[in-house]
Amino acid sequence: MPADTATPIVRVEGITKRFGPVTAVDSVDLAIERGELFALLGGSGCGKTTLLRLLAGFETPDSGRVFIDGQDMTGVPPHRRPVNMMFQSYALFPHMSVADNVGYGLRREGLAKRETAQRVAEALELVRLSDLGARRPGQLSGGQRQRVALARALVKRPKLLLLDEPLAALDRKLREGTRFELVRLQEELGLTFVMVTHDQEEAMSMAGRLAVMDLGRIKQVGTPREVYERPCSRFVADFIGIANILSLGDGRWLALRPEKIALATERPATAHHVAGQILDIAYEGDRSLYRVVTEEGAVLLVSSANVDRLGQTFRRTQRVWLGWSADSGQTLDE
Amino acid sequence: MAGGAPLQWRVFRCRKEDRATAAARPQLMRFVIALPYLWLVVFFLLPFALVLAIALGTNAPDLAPPVELGLSLKNFALLFTDDLYVAAWLSSLRIAATATLVTLLLGYPMAYAIARARPQRRPLLLMLVILPFWTSFLIRVYAWIGLLSRNGIIEQFLRWIGLGEHAGSILGTEWAVQLGIIYAYLPFMVLPLYAALEKLDTSLLEAAADLGARPLAAFRTITLPLSAPGIVAGCLLVFIPAVGEFVIPDLLGGTDTLMIGKVLWDEFFTNADWPLASAVAICLLVLLVGPIALFQRQQAKSLEKP
Repeated sequence: MPADTATPIVRVEGITKRFGPVTAVDSVDLAIERGELFALLGGSGCGKTTLLRLLAGFETPDSGRVFIDGQDMTGVPPHRRPVNMMFQSYALFPHMSVADNVGYGLRREGLAKRETAQRVAEALELVRLSDLGARRPGQLSGGQRQRVALARALVKRPKLLLLDEPLAALDRKLREGTRFELVRLQEELGLTFVMVTHDQEEAMSMAGRLAVMDLGRIKQVGTPREVYERPCSRFVADFIGIANILSLGDGRWLALRPEKIALATERPATAHHVAGQILDIAYEGDRSLYRVVTEEGAVLLVSSANVDRLGQTFRRTQRVWLGWSADSGQTLDE
Repeated sequence: MAGGAPLQWRVFRCRKEDRATAAARPQLMRFVIALPYLWLVVFFLLPFALVLAIALGTNAPDLAPPVELGLSLKNFALLFTDDLYVAAWLSSLRIAATATLVTLLLGYPMAYAIARARPQRRPLLLMLVILPFWTSFLIRVYAWIGLLSRNGIIEQFLRWIGLGEHAGSILGTEWAVQLGIIYAYLPFMVLPLYAALEKLDTSLLEAAADLGARPLAAFRTITLPLSAPGIVAGCLLVFIPAVGEFVIPDLLGGTDTLMIGKVLWDEFFTNADWPLASAVAICLLVLLVGPIALFQRQQAKSLEKP
């Protein structure tokens, strides 16, 4: 009997995967809870895709164990895992119709014809492709192909849906809409989604929790807000959003987000303040970005929301004060 | 403005050149397109008409080309009534079909292994498949005579492992012909299969496994149908020439091995019956048009696919 709902749906224990001299995944521990949308975030070559492939069973770990729904899945081939994956390239079968693509997994289970047809119809309705069941993948647009791939992965009702860069192949406009669509589906179906992405904005806006990866290791796991507001290292602070990193000496640093710094003409009453001069201004409509050089010679980035239409403006070379409160920044040890 | 005039002049010259090439292009294009047709007319259609004319004539041993032109169908009638021709036909088809099947069964795993080998090793493996072409076809078939003959290497080996006493030489039997055809035509099966399998996106097989397909089911539902164009191409490349094969049955076969290519040779050179030989040739062609048309349809279909 599978374990109760209290155990995480995925537990990875000390997993390592090497490709020749390269350690793609380096003794990673991770637990993913039931029903969450979890993102693996990192740059190219950080090991996020290898970790996803280890969950799918396409790679076998050199050491460590993978548990899915409490069962040890280490060494179990992909076709016997209760997991389905949406591939970055979608990997749709070009010689089959959309309906046959979606029904492929059900036919492998030996499901009766009538039930297969019914569940395929449901899955296509879920992704709003009911009219296109007879088409070949080659006759579809990129967005439609993405939805076929999604329907094909969802139709088997997996315990875990793995998504490899689900939005990367879509154009920008389509990506925005699909983002919400994926979150809606995940909530509606109550499934666990594990998504790989290199796009931090995508990860932040979609995921309930995310893991930031670098060089095969997980640097930090948390909600987008935790990772943004309380990064645990300079790498994470710098990778997620923009951060001013100030040395505090003794191997300690302060990460300060640009929007946490107030810009003023008079000396502010905040806990910390420093005088400086504006180097550059980037006006972005909703906000402006200022590069300010302090008296000590450090360059800080300051972001200020343009709330007031006719409010105060700053100009280049203007002498200003920067101020921030005691809890605005995050002290870092690494 | 000093720089203005040369610039204008240059623009003007470009335009003029463009116009000139645009006018020349349709003529050039027409010529390029006409070339293959011209080739076809000169080297296929005209000879075919010639052969057809001879086939409709009658044998005249006293004339210089031993043919008396006419419009008689008796040569064709003979092909369908004389048991020799029907038997030769059937055995040609049987030998060619067997060879096609065996080369497919041998060639598919070979092509699959090459396509799945590490990319830097593939050229070497492909080279090994193509290497026999560096030696003349005739010499390679002669080599088989040495291997298969009485007291040849194969028989000595069989005797040495204790099997040869009753086996005897297979040279001069249909087995030898079959073996020779399979050997000679295997590369023609491997190469199109490799081309089809090499194109196969491995993520499709991963997707199939991910959706619950065992390796064998993934092969049957994904690899096999997607390599179908290669299978069709390979089978036709083996089957079509194997049906009309003459050299291999002549050198490795015996008197009891009937193949239509050899019958054609005998009619032409031994019996000097040009009209009958031509009728055999025409029938051979017409019977092979079917598979060739099939092949072309398959090619056209695979081109349609994106």
